[in-house]
Amino acid sequence: MAAMTGPDTNLAAKAEVQNLNFYYGEYHALKNLNMVLHEKNVTALIGPSGCGKSTFLRCFNRMHDLYPGNRYEGNILLHPENTNLLSREVDPIEVRMRISMVFQKPNPFPKSIYENVAYGLRVRGERRKRYVDEKVEQALRGAALWDEVTDRLDDLAFNLSGGQQQRLCIARALATDPEILLFDEPTSALDPIATASIEELITDLKGRLTILIVTHNMQQAARVSDFTAYMYLGEIIEFGVTDAIFIKPKMKQTEDYITGRFG
Amino acid sequence: MKQDEVRQIRELIARHKRRDFGFGLVGLACLLIGVLTFTALFVDMAIKGVPRLDWDFFTSFPSRRAGQAGILSAWVGSTLVMLVTAAVAVPLGVAAGVYLEEYARKNWVTDVIEINITNLAGVPSIVYGLLALGLFVYAFGLGQSILAAGLTLALLILPVVIVATREAIRSIPQSIREGAYALGATQWQTVKDHILPYAAPGILTGVIIGMARAIGETAPVITIGALTFIAFLPPSPLEGNPVRVAVLAVHRDADPDVQLDLAA
Repeated sequence: MAAMTGPDTNLAAKAEVQNLNFYYGEYHALKNLNMVLHEKNVTALIGPSGCGKSTFLRCFNRMHDLYPGNRYEGNILLHPENTNLLSREVDPIEVRMRISMVFQKPNPFPKSIYENVAYGLRVRGERRKRYVDEKVEQALRGAALWDEVTDRLDDLAFNLSGGQQQRLCIARALATDPEILLFDEPTSALDPIATASIEELITDLKGRLTILIVTHNMQQAARVSDFTAYMYLGEIIEFGVTDAIFIKPKMKQTEDYITGRFG
Repeated sequence: MKQDEVRQIRELIARHKRRDFGFGLVGLACLLIGVLTFTALFVDMAIKGVPRLDWDFFTSFPSRRAGQAGILSAWVGSTLVMLVTAAVAVPLGVAAGVYLEEYARKNWVTDVIEINITNLAGVPSIVYGLLALGLFVYAFGLGQSILAAGLTLALLILPVVIVATREAIRSIPQSIREGAYALGATQWQTVKDHILPYAAPGILTGVIIGMARAIGETAPVITIGALTFIAFLPPSPLEGNPVRVAVLAVHRDADPDVQLDLAA
């Protein structure tokens, strides 16, 4: 699988994955991944179920550290200062403060809308009320939710609809100005209209930060992403500019998957 | 043919519905047995007891003369003992439960601890009384005080509180934890801001069940030397004078009629 020809572009790299291997105990889940996240672009990970997309995504904010028996090898370098996110010396909490994540199912905290968005700031010990108010509004505007919740910020987040809850989770992730935003199949639990609003939001956000999104929906990858990586059985089969991958894939296997003959 | 099938299906549904109705009746009957028994006891007690209850009953000490007898020492003693029990068992139990669920590695040591805690909940209360007699009363020199009684009962309900805390924490969806960690929260921040508030109702249920058990326990408290008839209040929870702990034992265990006749 040596088709690692990266896209010809002069974009700055935000993160660089070098020879990443990942193990769940004995199980070798990710095999020698190499890839670049381009700054202020959307990169999509596609591939059949169980191919390691989510596992790969969760390496970026060290979510695997929460469970015993997981092991990383290789580097994920975060530019500009070239911090290796996977290094033992780097605290996973520091990584998570710089790289936010939105999960597959909306997972708001059982708290008010306001407190949900403010939580990232509270974790950092932020106490200035004016500042938190400002950040919460900014994040909710960024997640296109502000107009719908302006006069009920103190309502319980569970009272929102599924699509609104997911946008709330995006606002929660945005409130702390992350450098990279990770999306793990963010629309798989949503209806088509809510999905469209989240996709629109992702397109709006990409001018501000770097986005990595896992999706099982190829149309979604084609619609929202600038770069796409096709994964299969823990390997990156093909990585390149989204248009190229979808119109003229270099690998037969990628073509089969994209045209629906496989997967 | 088609008509026939429809008829058959209707008959089947009718049969199923009869069974459904039958179970409803049985369930209602079971419920009524409990409710009616409780209501009968309660009404009977209220009819006989309420006219004889007055303020003096709560503010007088037990007395040989039924007309002057009250439950002052009993309820003051029970309340103080319960306060000590709650103050000790709740923080210890909740903290232990949180540690076991959130912090401890899952290996055979924690398995053994888990089994032992669950088993402790089934140990007869008199055993705790004997343990407390040796440990609190003699070894620690607390004497027969409110403190010793409260600690004994705290020991007794600790397993209940720990098990309830663990169950409550275990029912929290992993997505809540991941959501907090993904924002850069530490383990303690996650526990304090999300795990404990989310688990609070479950923990509270465990605490209430534990306290209800503690307040009804007489055996361990008598074992450490509590009096069942006292005509004074404990001066301080720490003093080790041998006649101190007030328990409702005699009054609670006695037949309500006898007790109320005494009070009359």
